Amino acid sequence: MEHYLGIFVKAIFIENMALTFFLGMCTFIAISKKIETAFGLGVAVVVVLGLTVPINNLIYNYLLREGALAWAGYPTVDLSFLGYLSYIGVVAAVVQVLEMILDRYVPFLYSALGIFLPLITVNCAILGAVLFMVERDQSFGESVVFGLGAGVGWALAITALAGVREKLKYSDVPQGLRGLGITFISVGLLSLCFMSFGGIDI
Amino acid sequence: MSTAKDVFLEPIFNNNPITLQVLGICSALAVTIKLSTTLVMCISVIAVTVASNFLISLLRDYIPTNIRIIVQMTIIASLVIVVDQVLQAVAYDLSKSMSVFVGLIITNCIVLGRAEAFAMQNGPGLSALDGLGNTLGYGLLLVLVALIREPLGAGTLLGYPVLHTVSDGGWYYTNGMLLLSPSAFFIIGLFIWAMRTWKPEQVEDPEYQISSDAQLMETV
Repeated sequence: MEHYLGIFVKAIFIENMALTFFLGMCTFIAISKKIETAFGLGVAVVVVLGLTVPINNLIYNYLLREGALAWAGYPTVDLSFLGYLSYIGVVAAVVQVLEMILDRYVPFLYSALGIFLPLITVNCAILGAVLFMVERDQSFGESVVFGLGAGVGWALAITALAGVREKLKYSDVPQGLRGLGITFISVGLLSLCFMSFGGIDI
Repeated sequence: MSTAKDVFLEPIFNNNPITLQVLGICSALAVTIKLSTTLVMCISVIAVTVASNFLISLLRDYIPTNIRIIVQMTIIASLVIVVDQVLQAVAYDLSKSMSVFVGLIITNCIVLGRAEAFAMQNGPGLSALDGLGNTLGYGLLLVLVALIREPLGAGTLLGYPVLHTVSDGGWYYTNGMLLLSPSAFFIIGLFIWAMRTWKPEQVEDPEYQISSDAQLMETV
C-alpha cells in the first residue's frame, strides 16, 4: 500500500508532468487564461490518463512486449516496435468513446468539457505518461495509480497557472513581454516552486 | 498564393512556431540541456515533419474529412517509429538519454498543426518546404536555448569543455540552475521578449486596460 502511495505522491509533486517534464505544454499555456476552464480541462485529463495508462499497460504486457504473445503460442514474437502506433490509437479511441459516453449520460459535464476533449488526444502529457509507464516497466496496479497521479499533478499545475494569470491581468507588464512572454516566466517560477518537493524521498 | 520563398522563410523569423504560434514546446524543452540531444531532436522533428507534410499532402484528396485526424496520426506515428528505430540502431546511447522524448514527436503540435493547417490545402512540394521552414524556426530556437544552457550550466559544448570549471581546477563556477527545468522557461520567455522588441508588430494587445482612476483625478 505504501508503495502505491509513494508512486501517487511522486507523480503529483516530485515528477509533475507539466512542470518537471514540460509535457502538455501547448494546452497548458493556451488554455490557462481562466480558472474554470483550466480546472475543467484538468478533470478531463485526470479521467483520460486514469483510463489510458492502465489500458496501454495491458496492451503492452499481453500483446506487444517480447514473449508477451506466449499465451497465443508465439513465445518469440516481439512487437514492441508497434508501440507508438498502438498507444496513440488507444488514446484517440478512449477520448472518442469518452466523448460519446459523456454526451449520452452526463450532458452537463460534456458541455463543460466539450471543446477540450478532442484536444486531449494530442496532449503530450497523455502519451508521455504512457511512455513513462512502459519505460519504468510498471505492473497493472502501479500503472493505475501512476496514471491518476500524473493526471492530478497536471490538473493542479494548470489550475495554479490559471490563478497566477488571472492576477497578472492587473499588473503592468513591459510591452514585449506581454502575453506569452510573461506566461513563460510565470511557468518557470511555478516550476521552481515545485522543485522544492524534489528533496522528498518516499 | 504564397511563393515558395515566403513559405520557407516566413516561419523562421516572422511567424516562429515557438515564439508566436505556441506550438511544439511540449516535448522539446527537456532535451535542451545538452547540445547533442538538441541537435538529434531537431533533425528528427525536421525529418518527421517534412515527410508527414509531403505524404499527407499527396493523400489529401483521398482522406475523408471525418477521420482525417486519425489518418494523420497514423502517418505521423509510423514515421516516428522509423526515426526511433533508426536512432536506436545508429546512436543507441543518445536515444537512451532522450528516453521518451523521441516518441513524443508524435504529439508535437508542430507536426499535426502543419499537417492540418497547410498540407491539407497545398501541393506536396510546397508542403514539404513549409514543414522544413517551420521546423527550422523551431530548431533554431531550440539550438539557441541549448547554446546558453550547456556552456553556462556544465561548462561544456557537445561534451567538449569550453569554460574551464572550478571542479577541474579552472575559474568558472557552473550555474546548476541552468541544468534544471525552470531555466528553459526563463530563457524562452526572454527570447520572446527580445523577438518582440525587434519586431514590435508581434506584441499582443493587452486583454484588460486598467481605467484611470476618475475619482483620484477629481481630487487632484
